Amino acid sequence: MELKDLIKPENLVYEKSKVQEDTYMHYCPGCSHGVVHKILAELIEELGIQEITVGVAPVGCAVFAYNYIDIDWQEAAHGRAPAVATGISRLYPDNFVFTYQGDGDLASIGAAEIMHACNRGENILVVFINNGIYGMTGGQMAPTTLEGMVTSTTPMGRNVDLNGYPMRITNLIAQLPGTSYVTRQAVHTAGAVRKCKKSLKKAMENVLAKKGTSFVEVVSTCNSGWKMTPIAANKWMEDNMIPYYPLGDLKDSVKGV
Amino acid sequence: MSEIKLMKGNEVLAEAAIRCGCDGYFGYPITPQSEVMETLMMRRPWEETGMVVLQAESEVAAINMVYGAAGSGKKAMTSSSSPGISLMAEGISYLAGAELPCLIVNVTRGGPGLGTIQPSQADYFQAVKGGGHGDYKLIVLAPSSVQEMNDFVNLGFELAFKYRNPALILTDGALGQMMEKVELAEFKPRWTSEEINENWGSWATTGKPASRKKNVVSSLVMGSEEMEANNLRFQEKYRMMEEKEVRYEAFQCDDAEFVLVAFGTSSRVCQKSVQIARAKGLKVGLLRPITLFPFPKLVIKELARKVKGFMSVEMSAGQMVEDIKLSVYEAGSNARVNYFGRMGGIIPSPEEVVEALEEKFSWEISYGVKRSY
Ligand SMILES: Cc1ncc(C[n+]2csc(CCOP(=O)(O)OP(=O)(O)O)c2C)c(N)n1
Repeated sequence: MELKDLIKPENLVYEKSKVQEDTYMHYCPGCSHGVVHKILAELIEELGIQEITVGVAPVGCAVFAYNYIDIDWQEAAHGRAPAVATGISRLYPDNFVFTYQGDGDLASIGAAEIMHACNRGENILVVFINNGIYGMTGGQMAPTTLEGMVTSTTPMGRNVDLNGYPMRITNLIAQLPGTSYVTRQAVHTAGAVRKCKKSLKKAMENVLAKKGTSFVEVVSTCNSGWKMTPIAANKWMEDNMIPYYPLGDLKDSVKGV
Repeated sequence: MSEIKLMKGNEVLAEAAIRCGCDGYFGYPITPQSEVMETLMMRRPWEETGMVVLQAESEVAAINMVYGAAGSGKKAMTSSSSPGISLMAEGISYLAGAELPCLIVNVTRGGPGLGTIQPSQADYFQAVKGGGHGDYKLIVLAPSSVQEMNDFVNLGFELAFKYRNPALILTDGALGQMMEKVELAEFKPRWTSEEINENWGSWATTGKPASRKKNVVSSLVMGSEEMEANNLRFQEKYRMMEEKEVRYEAFQCDDAEFVLVAFGTSSRVCQKSVQIARAKGLKVGLLRPITLFPFPKLVIKELARKVKGFMSVEMSAGQMVEDIKLSVYEAGSNARVNYFGRMGGIIPSPEEVVEALEEKFSWEISYGVKRSY
């Protein structure tokens, strides 16, 4: 059988979302960012919200997120995406506004902005990619870097006496009454992708229903930064990251609790 | 019917924002401008015009909220005082880089550091030379009365949107705190979504209708050649401002042999100094730059060809004096340029300005001619 005999409408099992741009992504092979972008594009299409969606891109590897999803975007200063999203969402309360941030962006330089946006219960979705490292700048320590983990600024491994402890910022976020749905997911297996998509869908529906802040952490790999093959990185994440950052919902409630 | 009231400068900033159809104010408390947000919170414009007022967690957050709102085509503003403006510097640079219109007010206090809470003009360099990183300029308006505090809110927004560039009102604690008679502006409605789409639909992130391409608000450019092209376009924009937007007021300059140059609060002092000097027989005038960027170079160049000297009167260590010197140099004139000022939050008295003038220009005054070097 020839390839052309296979490419027929009746054989179609998967189609790229129309909201996802027809272009190559700049991410390293094996990186989780692309998978999460794909899920977001699919959900924006499924929920029919392309016309009211505004994304806020971070400074980090996902700075170019705006090249991949066909919606209006703003590119924020490093860590300030939740403040930028606040400005947009307050003036367009009927739009669906989300931030997309790495762990350096969200948990380090932007720790104040994320805490206060979540505490005010801004009606936005926060997508938080926790890969335990600064991908974009060449693999330095992040607040979420695990104890003993080697990065370019912790060449002997993260020493908690010197650098403090890996930060479970999502647990702190779940304590804030402004949030309604806080969850931690991953995208390293087909099953995890399905679960993550379900969580993101719920989070988006919450925002559309004006329930306050929804926060989805995605425990991710950075095989380039971790200096591992994609397969080894997935395995390392399962063995090391997920025990410290266990998957599942941290809060599923209403704003004010 | 125009409404005339006795109001504080800071209160007027808030009232003018509501009346000019501002969509959002984001700020963080700091003396001597906290009355701006306090007035807004008392006025509750969200009930009247739908304007959003939000106390941010910091000036860093406030300016980035302004970025988000401005990026979606809304009239957004913030106000702060010196240390807070320093914190906003990164955000202001991003706004300039992403070519977003917004209004920033600096009700300046004495620095450096935590400094004093008394009025100062020591943020002149920060305001007119950029302030944050990268080659950019703000449109800088310097009111000298409570009336102008009112007028420049609307003017600031108009210029900001005309050039897609942040505008800054550089004022100080004296003007923020003083009460004066003010004729308030007429109410203008906020822009409708249709107006925003029609006027700013080519760049604002309003949500992408099927009929247009996505809008991306960003200051990031990867290629250096592309970035340089951007820089050149920005420079052209700043040049256009210099050509079209210069504003100043000349007071008794026609026959002047000596010209005081002062803006804002110090220009009010200098009006009196001109009277005192004239009573002594000295032909003194006053030039008051209203736009600090674009700086009124041309009029200084013209004056430089006929006067004996300029004295920049500032509540700082002498910052604007550099711009005056540049203009005089460009005019090829040998008119002398001096500086007199007080710092730390002290407003000079009209008499000390005249004394300084007499001392610094004693040669010219005694011999009636320019001193040559
Ligand atoms: C004010 C400022 N400080 C530092 C940087 C440099 N910088 C760019 S991205 C980044 C870290 C990004 O890491 P993370 O947020 O974890 O995202 P990732 O790249 O891993 O996806 C840093 C420090 C910057 N752009 N701006």
